[in-house]
Amino acid sequence: MTVDIQGCDVAPSNVTRPIRRESGQREVFCGLTGIVWLHRKIQDAFFLVVGSRTCAHLIQSAAGVMIFAEPRFATAIMEEKDLAGLTDANTELDRIVTQLLTRRPDIKLLFLVGSCPSEVIKLDLSRAALRLSQSFAPGVRILSYSGSGIETTFTQGEDACLASLVPELPADPRKEASLLVVGSMADVVEDQFVRMFEALGIGPVQFLPPRNSATLPSVGPNTKFLLAQPFLADTARELENRGATRLVAPFPLGVEGTTAWLRSAANAFGIDAVLFDKVTQPARARAERALDNYRKELSGRRIFLFPDSQLEIPLARFLSRELGMQLIEVGTPYLHREHLAEELKLLPPDTPITEGQDVDLQLDRCRLARPDLVVCGLGLANPLEAEGMTTKWAIELVFTPIQGYEQASDLAELFARPLVRRAKLVA
Amino acid sequence: MQLTVWTYEGPPHVGAMRVATGMEGLHYVLHAPQGDTYADLLFTMIERRDRRPPVTYTTFAARDLGGDTAELFKTAAQNAYERFRPQAMIVGASCTGSLIQDDPGGLAKGMGLPIPVIAIDLPAYQRKENWGAAETFYQLVRALAGPSAPPPGSKRPERAPGARPKCNILGPTALGFRHRDDVIEITALLGKLGIDVNVTAPMGSTPADLTRLGEADFNVVLYPEIASQAASWLHRIFHQPFTKTIPIGVSATREFIEEVAALAGVDAAPVLKANSSRLTWFSHSVDSTYLTGKRVFIFGDATHVVAAARIASDEIGFKVVGIGTYSREFGREIREAAKLYDVEPLITDDYLEVEAHIAELHPELVLGTQMERHISKRLGVPCAVISAPVHIQDYPARYAPQMGFEGANVIFDTWVHPLMMGLEEHLLAMFKDDFEFKDGAVPSHLGVGHSATPAVQAAPAEPEPSAAETSTAAASETNAVWAADAEKELRKIPFFVRGKARRNTERFANENGVATITVETLYDAKAHFSR
Repeated sequence: MTVDIQGCDVAPSNVTRPIRRESGQREVFCGLTGIVWLHRKIQDAFFLVVGSRTCAHLIQSAAGVMIFAEPRFATAIMEEKDLAGLTDANTELDRIVTQLLTRRPDIKLLFLVGSCPSEVIKLDLSRAALRLSQSFAPGVRILSYSGSGIETTFTQGEDACLASLVPELPADPRKEASLLVVGSMADVVEDQFVRMFEALGIGPVQFLPPRNSATLPSVGPNTKFLLAQPFLADTARELENRGATRLVAPFPLGVEGTTAWLRSAANAFGIDAVLFDKVTQPARARAERALDNYRKELSGRRIFLFPDSQLEIPLARFLSRELGMQLIEVGTPYLHREHLAEELKLLPPDTPITEGQDVDLQLDRCRLARPDLVVCGLGLANPLEAEGMTTKWAIELVFTPIQGYEQASDLAELFARPLVRRAKLVA
Repeated sequence: MQLTVWTYEGPPHVGAMRVATGMEGLHYVLHAPQGDTYADLLFTMIERRDRRPPVTYTTFAARDLGGDTAELFKTAAQNAYERFRPQAMIVGASCTGSLIQDDPGGLAKGMGLPIPVIAIDLPAYQRKENWGAAETFYQLVRALAGPSAPPPGSKRPERAPGARPKCNILGPTALGFRHRDDVIEITALLGKLGIDVNVTAPMGSTPADLTRLGEADFNVVLYPEIASQAASWLHRIFHQPFTKTIPIGVSATREFIEEVAALAGVDAAPVLKANSSRLTWFSHSVDSTYLTGKRVFIFGDATHVVAAARIASDEIGFKVVGIGTYSREFGREIREAAKLYDVEPLITDDYLEVEAHIAELHPELVLGTQMERHISKRLGVPCAVISAPVHIQDYPARYAPQMGFEGANVIFDTWVHPLMMGLEEHLLAMFKDDFEFKDGAVPSHLGVGHSATPAVQAAPAEPEPSAAETSTAAASETNAVWAADAEKELRKIPFFVRGKARRNTERFANENGVATITVETLYDAKAHFSR
C-alpha cells in the first residue's frame, strides 16, 4: 500500500533506473515450496518441515497430485502442547527424527526446514541439527534452513537450502582454478553445460546442488562460481565466505544470456576468444534458427510479469531482446541489485520494474493495460483467463529445462503456447 | 509434535475459506504470513474456479513483526471492504497469525464497518479443516439468521394450505468432494417429491440468503461434518427438524426419500417406484459374481466411510475387513458401523498408522482418499477414491455425484474399475508364467506397460513382505520358517490374496507349534481358515 518510485544506481553503468517498490498483499509462495523440486534433485535427501498443519497442507497440495510410494518430505506438526512449552520441543524433535530415520534408513541427508510458526516461537533448528548430526553420524548428515513465508519467497527456499549446504562442502585442495555452477537445473541442462565446458577446456566443473549428497562439490579460494539462477543471494555470500569468487554474468536464458554466461567463465579461465567462438558458434546458430518460429509468434506482443521467482528480469530481457516482446511491467519479489546488474544493463531503459507487490493494485494496472500475455502464479491465472486475458503460469518456469542454447526455443515456446492455444480453440 | 507424511485435513482457516469461497457477497480477511495465499490455488487450480477466492490476506513478513501488525490488519480490512463491498465480512487468523495475538475480531469490530463483521476464532493447533468449516458456517448462520429468530417458546407456524413444502440444503462448500453434483442430484430428487429448496448453503448462497434460512420447513443435511452444528442450532432456535440419512447408495437414498417425505408430509411411494439405480441390476448380473467376498478396507471422512461400507457390503457384496476415519469428531458413527461388520474401527489422522493397518489387513481393494492412493501404490493394492482429501482429477468435468441414484451408478463403475476383471483373474490363477499377463502385473485394462510390482517389494528373491508386513510378523512372534517348496507353493496363490494367505499360514503355524512351514502346513491352514 506504500508505493515509492526510487532512483537506483545500477553499477557500474550510470543509468538511473526508476524502480517501483510496492508493499501490500503479496500473492506468492513461501520458501517451503522449494522442497517440491529440491527433493527430486538431491535424491538421497529428505526434507522435514517443522511447522503447522498449514505447512504440511501447502506441500501436499503442491506435490500430492503425484502418487508417492515413498515421499521424500514430511512435516513435524507442532501441537498445542509444543507451543505451551509443556513438552520440550527439542526432545520432541529428536523423537520425530529418530522415528523418521528408522522408517527410512536410505536417507543420507536430512534438512530440518523452518517455517513461520517455528520462526515466530524461535525454535532453534540449527542447534537441533547440530545435536542430531552428532547422534546420527556418520550415516546421516542433518542440516537446517528456513523456508518460512515471513523470510523467504518461493525460490529463496532453494537459496536458503543451498546456503546451509555450503559450510558442509569439503575444502578444495587444488592450486589451480576450478568452476562451480550454482543453482539447480534440469539434469539434461547440466549435462549439456558439462560438454560445453569440456570443449572449451574449462575445468574441473562441479555443480551445486549435487544429484547425490555423497558427491558434494568442493570449494576454496581458487573456486570461481557462476550463478545459474538469480535467486541465490545467501548461497553466493556463503561461497564468498569460503573464499570463492563470483563470476559476473547475466543468467543463461536465451542465446544471448547463455553466450555471455559462458563467456564470463571462458574469460576467467583465460580461454582464447577464437576457440570460444568456434565451440559456441554451432550451438548459437542452431538456437537462433529454432527461435525464429517463435519470434514471429511473439514479436510485438505486450507482456506483463507478476512477481514470483526472481527469474522475471532475466526472462524479460530474453523476451524483449531476442523475441521482440514489449514489456508492460516486470514484477519481482526481490531485486538483488548486484547479481542482476548485468541483466539490468541489457533491459530496455524504460522498462517499468516493480519490486514487491500489492496484488490488488497490480491487478488494476494489469487490467488497465490489457497485455497480450500475463505471467503470473496459479492463484491468479485462471481468474485472469476468465476475464479474457491470456496467461502463462510462472511456476512452470522453475520446473522446466530452460537454461542453455538447446532450451532457448523451448523457453520461447512456453510463452508462445498459451497464445497459440487461445487462437486455436473455437469453443 | 506429530510426524506427518500426509495430512488428511488442512488447517481450520482453510475450512473457513471453503465456506467463504462457496458463498457470494461474503469476504474473508485473514491475518496470515506471506505465502499462505497458496490456499487460493486449491480453489483456482484443484477445483478450477474462475475467480479469486474472496479472501484478503495481510501477508505479513518478518520485517513487519517488529512493527504494528495490528495496523496492517486494519488497513487490509478497510481496503478489502472498500474494494469488494461485501454484504458481510468474516475475520480471523491463520496458524502463524494466531501466534502474534492481534485479535482480528476485536480490531475489526472497532473499525465500525457498516456491514456485519463476524469474528471466526479457529484454534489452529488443535482443530482442523472440517471443524473450521463447520464453525464458520455455524457462526455465520447464528449471526445472520439469528435476528429473525422467533421468540423463545413459540411454535413453528403451520404451512399455508396448498403451499409446497420448502427445505434448506445444508453442508455443500467449495472444495467439497463432489458437492457440486450431489447438490444437483438431491435438488432434482426433492423436486420430484414436490419439495422446493429455500436456500442451499453455504455453497451458492449470499449472507442475505442466510437471513432467510428460518423460512424453510426443515433442513436437509448433506454433509454432517460441515452442517450438523448449524442444523442443530436451527433446530433449537427455529424448530426446524433435519434429516439424518445421507443419501449415498441405493438403500440409503431410498431411506432418505422416505425420511424427507415424512418431514415434508408428502407421499414417497411414486418416486420410490419410478426411480432407482442401475447399480442394483449391475450387481446382480453374473459378471459381478466374482466380486463376492472381495476384501475391502474403507477410510475417509466418517460420512462417506459409513455410506461406502454399507454399499460395499450390502449392495456390491464385498467383505468389509476394516473401516476408519480421520474425523475424530465423528468417531462414534464409525465405531457403531464397525460393529455391523465385526471389524476394529480405526480412528486416526496419522497416515502412518493407516498405512500399517492396511498392510496388516491385506485387503484386495482400498476405498479411501488421495492419501490411501499413496499407500495402495506402495503396497500394490487396487484403490478407488471415496472421500476428501482429493486432488484435481476428482473434480471432474462430467456429472459425477456420489449421492442419489445416479451417484450409485457412478460408485459402481468407480469401485469395480481398479479390480482385475473376472476372466483375467481366473486365467492368472491357472497359468503363472505367461510373458504378458504376469503375476502382480497391473490389470490389463488399466493401461500399458506398467508393472504393479510395488516399490517396497523390489527385493528380488522375496516378492512378498512389505516393511509393514515383516514388522507385524515380528510382532506376532512367529518363529516358523518357510520351507523352500512351501514358499514356492505360496507364490502360486494369486497375487492379490497372497499376503493374506501368508499371514494366515504363519498364524496357523504359530498356534499349532509348527516350526517349519511345509506345503502341507499351507493347505492345512487353508482348510482351517476356509469357513
